[in-house]
Amino acid sequence: METQKLQDIVSQTRRDILRMVHKVNSGHPGGSLGCTEFLVALYNEVMTLDTDFKMDGANEDLFFLSNGHISPVFYSVLSRRGYFPVEELNTFRLLNSRLQGHPTTHEGLPGVRIASGSLGQGMSVALGAAQAKKLNGDDKLVYTLHGDGELQEGQNWEAIMYASGKKVDNLIATIDLNGQQIDGSTDTVLPMGSIKAKFEAFGWTVLEVKEGNNLEAILNGLKEAKSLTGKRKPVCILLETMMGNGVDFMMHTHAWHGKAPSDEQLANALSQNPETLGDY
Amino acid sequence: MKEYTNQGSKDTRSGFGAGLTELGRTNPNVVALCADLIGSLKMQDFIDENPERFFQIGIAEANMMGIAAGLTIGGKIPFTGTFANFSTGRVYDQIRQSIAYSDKNVKICASHAGLTLGEDGATHQILEDLGLMKMLPGMTVINTCDYNQTKAATIAIADYEGPVYLRFGRPVVANFTAPDQKFEVGKAVHLQEGTDVTIIATGHLVWEALEACKELQVKGISAEVINIHTIKPLDEKAILESVAKTGCVVTAEEHNFLGGLGESVARTLTLNNPKPQEFIATNDTFGESATPAQLMDKYGLNAVAIVKACEKVIKRK
Repeated sequence: METQKLQDIVSQTRRDILRMVHKVNSGHPGGSLGCTEFLVALYNEVMTLDTDFKMDGANEDLFFLSNGHISPVFYSVLSRRGYFPVEELNTFRLLNSRLQGHPTTHEGLPGVRIASGSLGQGMSVALGAAQAKKLNGDDKLVYTLHGDGELQEGQNWEAIMYASGKKVDNLIATIDLNGQQIDGSTDTVLPMGSIKAKFEAFGWTVLEVKEGNNLEAILNGLKEAKSLTGKRKPVCILLETMMGNGVDFMMHTHAWHGKAPSDEQLANALSQNPETLGDY
Repeated sequence: MKEYTNQGSKDTRSGFGAGLTELGRTNPNVVALCADLIGSLKMQDFIDENPERFFQIGIAEANMMGIAAGLTIGGKIPFTGTFANFSTGRVYDQIRQSIAYSDKNVKICASHAGLTLGEDGATHQILEDLGLMKMLPGMTVINTCDYNQTKAATIAIADYEGPVYLRFGRPVVANFTAPDQKFEVGKAVHLQEGTDVTIIATGHLVWEALEACKELQVKGISAEVINIHTIKPLDEKAILESVAKTGCVVTAEEHNFLGGLGESVARTLTLNNPKPQEFIATNDTFGESATPAQLMDKYGLNAVAIVKACEKVIKRK
């Protein structure tokens, strides 16, 4: 796909995120906007997938969202890719919706293979799915996305240790390095030191994507990561993103982690992101 | 009164190991995971025969539950093995979100449950696990009574779709159920017919209930004994039919009275046919170090205690 077409999806996805969160006056726009380019690239350019959803994902690449609170971007990307009708984005967080506040399999939403929201669990699940692929002789890959603050959860480090110890080399885990969490910057809440050094010390191959909101940089990073799979080591991408990217007043702050824009703020935000594929 | 013979005492965890070994031969989708307790869980035979289908996770139970959930996505039927404490309380949120809420077909197999773990003491003797697991929507909860039943249950749950908590124990206990039994999830087993009192027991207390039944007969009391191996879903029909006949009930379990089998039975009776009930269970307490027999005696979880409870509940009719 041409980069411009991907950029159009990015712009529309940002609008979807903002409108979903605004409508119900709840949800997490900041991290969603920061990971929009990554998820648009992954689902539209990188992964081998079948939008006629089957839970087992045999002979498909799989994706697990560990930081489930960025559900708005996940839902928008899934629906725009064709997993379910875009009109259903209208039901985000409403009673009887398949689009729960945090993603779940419980309501049968196509494209979701695990519930997430309680942080730190996604990598373990991905390891199980990756090992099942190996047992099944399925050579496709497993991708994950985690928040940087999420790495404060200890279960991650059990999984990170296991992945290299057991040579799970069909896994590409991406860490959204936006440096922010609910209570402030990651450095003020709980300094984690060098995440790169930690992953390397745990035996992973680590790639850095410094421009984590640049489609070409993301695609190059994912391409390189893919070329490094199958070499008896798990692969990690440290994706440096800007929380709230694409909306000037949501950038350079953690304030929009879990806050919805007002009517005026929505209008301002939408004016910065043109409608490209038609609003839902 | 039916005669039940101890065919030779064995530990229930060895029944799990034997069942898992058989599944390894008959069901190619069964995989096993362990958190550094292969010997305690009796998993070595399965591992020897199916090394590629075994995952040694290390001392990382949270990771084990997540990996098990992920394995189901590729069509596997994972059996996790560790102590009951580390299978439940330690990993409650992982089970809740990644397994129960995500509808994953994981079999959580938990050994060393309850006081009969013995000398290791309260850090390892969980008495709250049935309650924890019972409260999770969609979770099936099973507590088997002897080697043969544990083996049969292990084999049966592989074909039972959905998350299952299978609880068993460490000590060598009487093995008295049929080796060729068919295990039906959610179906109570009538062990003795009686008219004066119904004893509803689970796990290690089932043999004690049979012993109590013999003692009660000497005293001229006719006790009905029901083995409730499945605590959820509960066989309410079997309970209500029996209590309609006897008019009172004693529940018996190696668990806190809060959250256990007794509370499930009490709810069933309250909603349908309120009758006097006595609870053989621990009384909102932690355990301690001692031999299993000493502990079961001190905390009132044996045939002697069941007999007393039956006499008391009959007077309350």
